[in-house]
Amino acid sequence: MARAVTNNRKALNTAIAWSIGILIFFPILWTILTSFKTEAQAISDPPVFLFFDWTLENYTVVQERSNYMRFLWNSVVIAGGSTILGLIIAVPAAWSMAFVPSKRTKDILLWMLSTKMLPAVGVLYPIYLIFIKLGILDTRTGLVIVMMLINLPIIVWMLYTYFREIPVEILEASRMDGATLKEEIIHILTPMAVPGIASTMLLNFILAWNEAFWTLNLTAAKAAPLTAFIASYSSPEGLFYAKLSAASTMAIAPILILGWFSQKQLVRGLTFGAVK
Amino acid sequence: MATQQSRSAARFMLAPAVILLLGWMLVPLIMTLWFSFRNYLPLRGGDLGWAGFDNYVRFINSSSFWPSVQTTLIIVGGVLFITIVLGVILALLLDQPMWGQGVVRILVIAPFFVMPTVSALVWKNMFMDPVNGLFAHIWKFFGAAPVEWLSQASMQSLILIVSWQWLPFATLILLTAVQSLDSEQLEAAEMDGAPFHSRFIYMILPHLARAITIVVLIQTIFLLSIFAEIFVTTGGAFGTRTLSYLIFQRVLESQNIGLGSAGGVYAIILANIVAIFLMRIVGKNLD
Repeated sequence: MARAVTNNRKALNTAIAWSIGILIFFPILWTILTSFKTEAQAISDPPVFLFFDWTLENYTVVQERSNYMRFLWNSVVIAGGSTILGLIIAVPAAWSMAFVPSKRTKDILLWMLSTKMLPAVGVLYPIYLIFIKLGILDTRTGLVIVMMLINLPIIVWMLYTYFREIPVEILEASRMDGATLKEEIIHILTPMAVPGIASTMLLNFILAWNEAFWTLNLTAAKAAPLTAFIASYSSPEGLFYAKLSAASTMAIAPILILGWFSQKQLVRGLTFGAVK
Repeated sequence: MATQQSRSAARFMLAPAVILLLGWMLVPLIMTLWFSFRNYLPLRGGDLGWAGFDNYVRFINSSSFWPSVQTTLIIVGGVLFITIVLGVILALLLDQPMWGQGVVRILVIAPFFVMPTVSALVWKNMFMDPVNGLFAHIWKFFGAAPVEWLSQASMQSLILIVSWQWLPFATLILLTAVQSLDSEQLEAAEMDGAPFHSRFIYMILPHLARAITIVVLIQTIFLLSIFAEIFVTTGGAFGTRTLSYLIFQRVLESQNIGLGSAGGVYAIILANIVAIFLMRIVGKNLD
């Protein structure tokens, strides 16, 4: 009897949750579906849902007309480059704060977090000016640097919370056995920290990929990543729904897939370890 | 435990990150402060000298300042309200036993990974377009006149778009908090005949308080500076010009750097007030 009630309730939960889930996901689903329609079907009244002539034409047109690959490559270089550069700088910093904490460690961590809260628009012009002076406006190098800097606090924080979970005793034991600092980091710490570092990489890649203030304001033709590519699809091209959808699908697909792997890290990374 | 040698090594390893962030914070900040006291118009004569507090006074007294503050507050407040109320409901729902829980979770979280320019453009054109948008089709189907969403109901539309983007974040964090609830305690209360609403008010909500606070603070910081959504949809027209968008227009569109910088200083102060509260909570958690 009790079991039957549970099963009924489970069925009800399932029905409600799936309906809401599909409703929330619908704009993405609709975009993906529309990307396979012809332009006429994309705006047909009443809208067609599944029963249309599926076509890949939009994808080829988008690639030919706007050189999608170049924007994709810019996104990959900017997101990937800034993540790797950030890790190179953050791993030693997080290591030192996690394993050799001082009285100021907590203050430094909080201060790093506070730099993340500086509203970008408040420093837009200075950065713009510095970029012109250094000749890195509209270059991938410039954006790699900015993305690295805005994500550095998150990278340090995430790594710090992961490193803290590594038992200090193991490190002490290796030191007793005469391991040097370098050996300790390469042979003991790195293998244990790989999962944490991987999640950190993943989340930061996603954040850098989707960042849409600096990428829009510091790029023009050369270094523009996918965020700017899509923004250029505003009117009048935006009225070609099927092509807009194909471009959008290509811009979000890689990250949707990566994102699904990083759900758990998302919470840790974006709440700075305050919610676990 | 830590030797003198490892301490100095640690300091050495920490230095690059600290120096970089210090530079990233201080250099632009000092420049913004400097510009905010100058009459600086790059396209109309360049730096025209000292302005005192003129820019600060002018920024506050301009007719677009208070509406922009109001717009900012409505967007931040509206999105926070929607994402937290729906987030709590969704988190409780997703915590229930069901079939295909993992898939539903993925569906709910997905919008967070959509880049802001894509979600703004998809909503703007494919859903809210008054001629070909899906909403227009639905309205017509029910015999109603299609709405020009982004001009007639611009704020509601914008809040809808931004809420859609941030609901996954709120849900995910609240779900994490819900999952750490003591289910035995809840079951005991249920057996003792406590109805759902009293279990919710006396047990679930207090447990979620901390997570809700964190969601509020983090979202506020991000929402205060939403940019792409406005840039792509309305461009600040139809009453959707937030404080940060107003500053952006002063700096890049009207090229009045002095005035824009003064606005920037206000925005920085505003963000810092929120930040202080967030840091207190995070700081407590560090010990």
